Amino acid sequence: MIVELGHFALILAFLVACVQAVVPLIGAHQRWPGWMAMAEPAANAQFMLTAFSFGALTYAFVTSDFSVALVVQNSHSLKPMIYKISGVWGNHEGSMLLWVLILTLFGAMAAWFGGNLPPTLRARVLAVQSSVSVAFFAFIIFTSNPFIRMNVPPFDGQDLNPLLQDPGLAFHPPFLYLGYVGLSIAFSFAVAALIEGRVDAAWGRWVRPWTLLAWVNLTIGIGLGSWWAYYELGWGGFWFWDPVENASFMPWLLAAALLHSSIVVEKRESLKSWTILLAILAFGFSLIGTFIVRSGVITSVHAFANDPERGVFILMILGFFMGGALTLFAARASAMEAKGVFSLASRESALVMNNILLAVSCFVVFIGTIWPLVAEMLFDRKLSVGPPFFDMAFTPFMVVLGAILPVGAMMPWKRADLGRSFRPLIPAFILAVAVAVLAFSLQTGRSALGPVGLFLGTWLISGALVDVWSRTGRGQVGGRLSRLGRLPRADWGKAVAHGGLGVTMLGIAGLLAWQQEDIRVAQFNEPFEVAGFTLTLTDVQRVEGQNYVSTMGWVDLAREGEAIATLTPEKRFYPVAQMPTTEAAIDIGFWRDVYVVIGDPQANGGWAIRTYYKPLANWIWGGAILMALGGMLSISDRRFRVAAGAARREPAAGVPAE
Amino acid sequence: MMRLVMALWLALAGLGPVMVVTALPAHAVQPDEVLDDPALEARARELSRGLRCMVCRNESIDESNAELARDMRLLVRERLVAGDSDQEVVTFIVDRYGEYALLKPTTGGANWLLWAAGPVMLLLALGVGFSYLRGRQTAQEAGPGQLSEDEKAKLSKILED
Repeated sequence: MIVELGHFALILAFLVACVQAVVPLIGAHQRWPGWMAMAEPAANAQFMLTAFSFGALTYAFVTSDFSVALVVQNSHSLKPMIYKISGVWGNHEGSMLLWVLILTLFGAMAAWFGGNLPPTLRARVLAVQSSVSVAFFAFIIFTSNPFIRMNVPPFDGQDLNPLLQDPGLAFHPPFLYLGYVGLSIAFSFAVAALIEGRVDAAWGRWVRPWTLLAWVNLTIGIGLGSWWAYYELGWGGFWFWDPVENASFMPWLLAAALLHSSIVVEKRESLKSWTILLAILAFGFSLIGTFIVRSGVITSVHAFANDPERGVFILMILGFFMGGALTLFAARASAMEAKGVFSLASRESALVMNNILLAVSCFVVFIGTIWPLVAEMLFDRKLSVGPPFFDMAFTPFMVVLGAILPVGAMMPWKRADLGRSFRPLIPAFILAVAVAVLAFSLQTGRSALGPVGLFLGTWLISGALVDVWSRTGRGQVGGRLSRLGRLPRADWGKAVAHGGLGVTMLGIAGLLAWQQEDIRVAQFNEPFEVAGFTLTLTDVQRVEGQNYVSTMGWVDLAREGEAIATLTPEKRFYPVAQMPTTEAAIDIGFWRDVYVVIGDPQANGGWAIRTYYKPLANWIWGGAILMALGGMLSISDRRFRVAAGAARREPAAGVPAE
Repeated sequence: MMRLVMALWLALAGLGPVMVVTALPAHAVQPDEVLDDPALEARARELSRGLRCMVCRNESIDESNAELARDMRLLVRERLVAGDSDQEVVTFIVDRYGEYALLKPTTGGANWLLWAAGPVMLLLALGVGFSYLRGRQTAQEAGPGQLSEDEKAKLSKILED
């Protein structure tokens, strides 16, 4: 019964969304306050109905209701509770429901916090946002209904794919969707502004927190996914240039570009039409990502051709929104005249450079991702585009970006003097060069990758410190120190995020350049050395888990005779899904990880053991956390508390502040 | 590449967990595959990283657990021991398995589009960006006339917050 109610709520939400997509738009055009005001309660209703629907599906998973087809396919009564819940979105239908839940949540948030928007803009934003909901509700209801019942319920379920039974999965998709879907708000603002016919500084200010929010969540989501791959995969890779990863990385790059260009709109009333275009494209790439992941088109054109229903539907959604928005853009963009005047050397120019690098690097990822498809369809060549291509074609953009970022961040608006902006950075630059030279002289005959990465990382981190210090003005050190605490949070956010990028670059460089690997047959109680560590396999046993059986090894880790840890790498077997997984054992450290994987027993005794020494591994995700933290600091800056103004102006309306 | 991404991907594509069962309980490079000559082994690893496991999703034979990947790894080592150069090994693999086995696409044929796309786009973007910036440099500061008094008051209020 609850499942049927959930189904019904979903259909109701679809109908509400249809109304909300039309009525406020007409209201805004005709200046009818009643019709415009309809958007807000409708957005709330949409969100609550979808939340109820999602709750109903979760209930079916939690109670293991095997009369629901989706639960049968993705759950099992023996599964731990956390994976019963995360199983709700560990499949196509459920994850689409989570997608629309977040979409309607953002719609509702735009209604809650949009108090000080002009009424017409607000009505239009909510209407456009709702039109996106309409498309995705229709997609779920007509092609991917999660509430379908079985005619004959089976005794038990088929279990969730064991690789997905991991804490990483529980949180990775929701964050990613918060990011993907968050960009829909920027899109709605862009389209609403195009309909409205004007973009001003205030528009830039309204859009930026939403973009930041989306970008922060994308950062966390991508970071979580990368970390999960690192420990779950069995050899400690952290990024693979897989189409699925690229699908989330492209919107991340464009969102990063967008949140920088909207600063220029806000502060200098320039780059307006470019920012609008970016907002449209960023969401467009979210949709492209959805298409890539859901349609199956990347694995094989033929698989897509055999079952094209979902893919074609998403393609239609993509075509409608991108086609519509870009047509509107072509018609209206010329009306948005830039105002600010600035010289070639200025913060504005630096941000334009940032946008060029981010947008073009996104384009490179896009081309690489779809090229196998293009080659097969147009040139009849079946080929692969793998990590070596992306490493060569993409990395230079990040190197240039990292090299110019600290200088650009120091430049003043309007007119800058390159020399004067660079001068405070000289110590940072010398430090970075020194670190790189030291690394180069210490390493024995390897690539330049490590030193270059260390230079960029150090340069970014120390540059961020110089940046935040220079914000304190002149005078005594004591006075400047006390001013440090009173700086706007946006300044701190900028420094923390830029420093975080540096930390991530350090991690990537350290891991790629100085990782060590050891593959061997280990005999019991016969120590072996890897990168200065002594490892001893002491035991291997069969261990029973809740829904798996495991072959667990015990490996003593020591350094210079001093015991550090006992690691327990596992090989698990999930009988229901008939699938093995590898569970690496990692001794996590600040400077390095030691990563141990157990393989198969060998014919003449002993076990295959793979050991990795991974310098600075955790810095990759530490940097991602810092970037996200920087974004959140910026969002929390009081300038962005748009709702505060609304609450002051119309206290009677009861708009929830913050 | 990764069984993991494949699994998530298949699950999301709605193909269900049934198809993922192909994962095999072997582990990438096995101790018995490793060549005695470290220099030769290093070359073998480098080459394997650029070759695709034919039955996997975007996984190099160096990382893959599939039986076929093991066969291909052994083949690469066989050729190296026989004295082939790196290029000869790659040619051998491509002749046998096709262009699909190369993770780094060649620059031949229409592939120059793929390789040139980034640099050309960058030049284009730099050109457009530069001319825009030049325009901004010489533009007249636009008058404030486009906002009404009421709007200006509202704007300054927002900017003060």
